[in-house]
Amino acid sequence: MAKTILAVDDSASIRQMVTFTLKGAGYEVIEAVDGQDAFDKASHHQINLILTDINMPRMDGLKLLELLRKLAQYKNIPILILTTESGDEIKAKGRAAGATGWLVKPFDPKRLLEVIGKVIG
Amino acid sequence: MSTDLEQFYEIFFEESSELLADMEACLLRLDVNSPDLEDLNAIFRAAHSIKGGAGTFGFTDMTEMTHMLETLLDRLRKGELEVRSEMVDAFLKAGDVIKAQLAGHRGEGQADPAVAEAVCEELRRLSEDTQEAPSIVDAKTAFSDTKAKLVSQEIDVESGIDKVSHENVAAGLSFIIEFSSMDLSSAALENLFSNLKELGDLENLTPVNAEGHYKLALTTSSSEEDVWETLAFVVDPASLKIEATTIDGTSTKVAEIEILNESVCDAGVLAKEDELTCKTPSAPGYGFFPGAPAVPRNIEDSEINLDQAQLPNTCSNKNESQVTNKSSGKTNTAASVSETSSIRVSIEKVDQMINLVGELVITQAMLAQTASQYDPVLFEKLYSGMSQLERNTRDLQESVMSIRMMPISFVFSRYPRVVRDLAAKLNKRVELRTVGENTELDKGLIEKIADPLTHLVRNSLDHGVEVAEKRTAAGKPAQGTITLRAFHQGGSIVIEVSDDGAGLNRGKILAKAKERGLPVHDAMTDQEVWLLIFEAGFSTADQVTDVSGRGVGMDVVKRNIQSMGGRIDIESTFGSGTRISIRLPLTLAILDGLSVVVGDQMFIVPLNYITESLQPAATDIKTVSGQGRVVQVRGEYLPVIALHEFFNLRPNVTEIHKGILVILEAEGHKAALFVDDLVGQHQVVIKSLESNYRRVQGASGATIMGDGKVALILDAAALVMASQQELV
Repeated sequence: MAKTILAVDDSASIRQMVTFTLKGAGYEVIEAVDGQDAFDKASHHQINLILTDINMPRMDGLKLLELLRKLAQYKNIPILILTTESGDEIKAKGRAAGATGWLVKPFDPKRLLEVIGKVIG
Repeated sequence: MSTDLEQFYEIFFEESSELLADMEACLLRLDVNSPDLEDLNAIFRAAHSIKGGAGTFGFTDMTEMTHMLETLLDRLRKGELEVRSEMVDAFLKAGDVIKAQLAGHRGEGQADPAVAEAVCEELRRLSEDTQEAPSIVDAKTAFSDTKAKLVSQEIDVESGIDKVSHENVAAGLSFIIEFSSMDLSSAALENLFSNLKELGDLENLTPVNAEGHYKLALTTSSSEEDVWETLAFVVDPASLKIEATTIDGTSTKVAEIEILNESVCDAGVLAKEDELTCKTPSAPGYGFFPGAPAVPRNIEDSEINLDQAQLPNTCSNKNESQVTNKSSGKTNTAASVSETSSIRVSIEKVDQMINLVGELVITQAMLAQTASQYDPVLFEKLYSGMSQLERNTRDLQESVMSIRMMPISFVFSRYPRVVRDLAAKLNKRVELRTVGENTELDKGLIEKIADPLTHLVRNSLDHGVEVAEKRTAAGKPAQGTITLRAFHQGGSIVIEVSDDGAGLNRGKILAKAKERGLPVHDAMTDQEVWLLIFEAGFSTADQVTDVSGRGVGMDVVKRNIQSMGGRIDIESTFGSGTRISIRLPLTLAILDGLSVVVGDQMFIVPLNYITESLQPAATDIKTVSGQGRVVQVRGEYLPVIALHEFFNLRPNVTEIHKGILVILEAEGHKAALFVDDLVGQHQVVIKSLESNYRRVQGASGATIMGDGKVALILDAAALVMASQQELV
């Protein structure tokens, strides 16, 4: 069965591109518009990997990470941060919140698939 | 895999425009003295999202501009800087630049790079201004400057032998790094070494063996994590091994690595280079956190998991379950709302659907007419089915029409900016109030109403609201108020622009009209006098400012409103204000009309132009020699338009007193339309004549009746105007 990826970004265009890329590679994709939406969808679906932005309304990516890592079912699910920021500060925060890794925008489809391949194969 | 980016452009454009509009709205309501953090965050996020998208799609000009915005905003929201009104101005200008850039990428005009540069410069200045203030920041900047210089120096000599030794690493840790260079290009390897050298003192412990195996010692003040990050995505993580050790004695210098590196290239790695460079990211654009949950197995296996493995667990505390429950309870409702909130559909699809429903309405009417020939008693089931079909069709039509409906806030939202800019320019103090922003109207109307409304708002500001001194002298608050109001009334929507300004000056308007030779007299009612300002080229301004006098007058506004099937009214009291109201039909696709017949041809007269219908006495009809006929209606003589003459038809009734007169009123003029008979009142689906046939004089569109016949929808305004000209 195809692996399911939850793509979280408040930008519709980025979301569409991510979905397009991932679906093209045979993954199932669930989209979420912000952390809050993602958290709810994560609790209703079986998800193999989460790809999230950091800056989002209602709930940001870091908070989402923290909350998810407290759930038993998401303790060991890979969660990648897709962000425009590459500063060490944000990486440190991501790491502290329990992120598996990060990807810097601009979004490069090839690299995205490569990283995801490394994590869930 | 290659992705065709262009397919996502459109959604990015739309999204960015929306974000820009949101950003502007936030900026306009931002109180400089006590800025709302949530607003600042929202503005930041908007800039951030646009930057992300622009970066992805390669619109570098937008990326640069949003980056400048973001930098300053980030400091504002973190409280490092105080919001100042000049910043808000700069942000608004930056928003305009991004808007222009966006339009440029859309292929609509071009952004002026000089303006962009100026705004960038201003944003930079605003960020720098504040760096002078706290001295700590100063020192920090100075420090990072020297650090940057240091690094660049290192890079300069990097290709040769690195002589710069890090003095401050003595107290740091030492790591033994082992990895295989099997699938690395020499360039990537070189890059990696220079990155490592930036971290601290790098020593080569063992020479490369046949498999390209490296063993290095790194003495550094950086954390193990940094070292890992530097390495993890250049070399194959499976072969990577990092061990923290105590500082070792001196050994081979970095220079050797360079030499050895060359020998690797010689050994045939070069042959594989092309293939491998595309596999290796040129910049570390991603990475994993060692020890974090679900890091790929091959990375986890490489013995670097220190205490980090427990990271997610350290987050847990005794409140854990409580917190989670609370927030998931909250999210359930919020998320289910967002899931169903909206979808994007192209406007063509909606139009097509509206068209199809229109056809369905017509078909239903046809069936109803056919069914009416049968006996309701014998065909009871047919009749009950027909009435159900009618009800469903009507509901369907209503809900489909509502898809095109948008809240008028889409238009209203642009005026805070217009008022702000203009008030500043005219040196007036004005507050804009909006009421009923949620009133919905057709999208087509929304687009068309924006320009006339802008004109009215500008007019109110320029001619209506007085300067503060004048207002206080007149006993009014120094700050003027312009109110935009929208509400439904009957089958129409009313949009009002009102101000508490000086009001219209009756004497001045009359004088001006006389000067221009218009047919006016002092006994005219106020209402009639106000209508004079809609005359072409009529201006009440004492002097032409650069706000008014742009060549677009109230006459154009009026014409635009009328072309939408609406009308415009003015109420004004000298000294206390003016209210201009626009009344529009709810939608352009459906019309309430009265059907009339001439001979065997049916016409639809738009209901909102009809004042009454009557059957005149023969004595009320007079013929004016050579100029047609007039009818006396309650003391008023109205020109008679014989519809059969206008369209050259054979009527059933030729004598006026045997037929029906429908009194039309348009733009303050009245005329009587002579027809054979009235049929009934209908809601008809408007079909364009131009796109389906050609323009027909006196008709504004057509519709299909229940019997399948086409009926023309009369252009009442044009008919009344034509009758007026005949009389003159």
